[in-house]
Amino acid sequence: MSDLNRLTISAARDGLRKGDFTSLELTEACLGAIEAAGALNAYSHKTPEKARQMAEAADQRIAAGDAPAMCGIPLGIKDLFCTKGFPSRAASRILDGFLPQYESTVTQNLWDAGAVMLGKLSMDEFAMGSSNESACYGPVVNPWKVDDRPLTPGGSSGGSAAAVAADLCLAATGTDTGGSIRQPAAFTGTVGLKPTYGRVSRWGVIAFASSLDQAGPMTKAVRDAAIMLGAMASVDAKDSTSAERPVPDYEAALSGDIRGRRIGIPREYRMEGMSDEIDALWHQAAEMLRDAGAEVVDITLPHTKYALPAYYVIAPAEASSNLARYDGVRYGRRATLGAGDGVVEMYEKTRAEGFGPEVQRRVMIGTYVLSAGFYDAYYNRARKVRALIKRDFDQVFADGIDAILTPATPSAAFGLGEMAGKDPVEMYLNDVFTVTVNLAGLPGISVPVGLDRRGLPLGMQLIGRPWDEGGLLNLAQSLESAAGFTAKPSRWW
Amino acid sequence: MAITEDEARKVAHLARIAVKDADLPALAQELNGILHFMEQLNEVDVDGVEPMTGVEPMRLKRRQDVVTDGEMQDLILKNAPDAREGFFAVPKVVE
Repeated sequence: MSDLNRLTISAARDGLRKGDFTSLELTEACLGAIEAAGALNAYSHKTPEKARQMAEAADQRIAAGDAPAMCGIPLGIKDLFCTKGFPSRAASRILDGFLPQYESTVTQNLWDAGAVMLGKLSMDEFAMGSSNESACYGPVVNPWKVDDRPLTPGGSSGGSAAAVAADLCLAATGTDTGGSIRQPAAFTGTVGLKPTYGRVSRWGVIAFASSLDQAGPMTKAVRDAAIMLGAMASVDAKDSTSAERPVPDYEAALSGDIRGRRIGIPREYRMEGMSDEIDALWHQAAEMLRDAGAEVVDITLPHTKYALPAYYVIAPAEASSNLARYDGVRYGRRATLGAGDGVVEMYEKTRAEGFGPEVQRRVMIGTYVLSAGFYDAYYNRARKVRALIKRDFDQVFADGIDAILTPATPSAAFGLGEMAGKDPVEMYLNDVFTVTVNLAGLPGISVPVGLDRRGLPLGMQLIGRPWDEGGLLNLAQSLESAAGFTAKPSRWW
Repeated sequence: MAITEDEARKVAHLARIAVKDADLPALAQELNGILHFMEQLNEVDVDGVEPMTGVEPMRLKRRQDVVTDGEMQDLILKNAPDAREGFFAVPKVVE
């Protein structure tokens, strides 16, 4: 069998169960594809020996019958997840040499289900970024390109998105604090799901902004996202914000019937200067859902405009607290000290050379907005605006809306280096359609719907009611099948 | 509110990040740009709104106050840049 690495999770599961191929063959196909794709720079650390061992164990389990859906499926893991005994660096110099002595709950759940680890995937440093250019491993390159320019795969889960789009794994884990799963999925023509806050355990995932962070699947198809979310999600005593709710069978929710579902189109998402192509695609996507029997209605989310500034107060504030732990004492690197340097110089030098510029910027902004005298003016005000943003969504859902349709990103993938030297705020605008969802803790999914006139993928976002990932995935699958997006990047690497 | 060079120095110190004096003007300018962007929040009427602390009105989980884990000093020290005699080691602290 050739090209096994191109399979979806559902097709691979069915083939494994029928005995058409083994997990070891599937895994070898992925390892071969990874070896041939060095130019994409997606994997920051490869674990081929571990992958082969896990695949062999999965094959035995499949042969014994009754193996779960994820058994034998080779995955890439974002560098933000702690994996016992393997580098887990959040793409930062400050975690150089760090080898976790424990496994994150999400990855443990996946291994318990029989999934296979191919390696760790690059990302923006500490998940702060939208272009993957802040990774200490150098930028990841989008497998999609239309001319000589290398394009960004988006960020922060850019390695995950590039690896899924280029078939360097069957699926990957991602994390999303302001759009870090959905924006790279949109830039690479893949599917990315951010679950409801509390659906997936944060334990063992290197923290960025704890009230916003949520892990989720990045896949080639909506059905795969349903299967993989079911394996990632759990009720976890180790995460005090993990919800005490049983994990439903998400794949069973894919009925294909969306008749009578009410889809909201928020007028505030029609941004000034938005490209005609994105606007047209948004209209088409709404038509597709209407043709499938959904009712499309105009809605209003009046505080949308304030989501980005609120996010860029709250996320850095939480990051400045979370990243205080990188002090050169307990793990990672410590700066070389001069004669007479004390403990404060050790902290300051270690953090100055360990953190990249964007991380330093956000830690300092967070420190400032939390400092005496500014706490109320910035941080508390932002938390109040956050409450209003959530109230907008509560109101719309109370009025009977089942899900909200918006573009996933304001543009298609941009060129690597294009944002260099620009105002940091311009990069933050990439998250304009996605941050609201994190602030309100809602589930959101990006689905590839079309290509722009240059041939680059564009995604649409569906936002669901809290805990209704099943209903959201069903709508997303309906959109996926109506859009019939089958384009793949042509191989140049 | 504009951040001066002195305030930028103070913020960097609070964040325990060494910044060279020569880099302070650029840092102050960058921080000012971001803070200016945040000032849009002043347009919002937040009277009577409670600051949001969590996305779900959920009481923090409670559990029995008992030891559930431990006895792993070697694993905890394993990643330390400098560990001696069962402790994390740091440069001399003289106050």
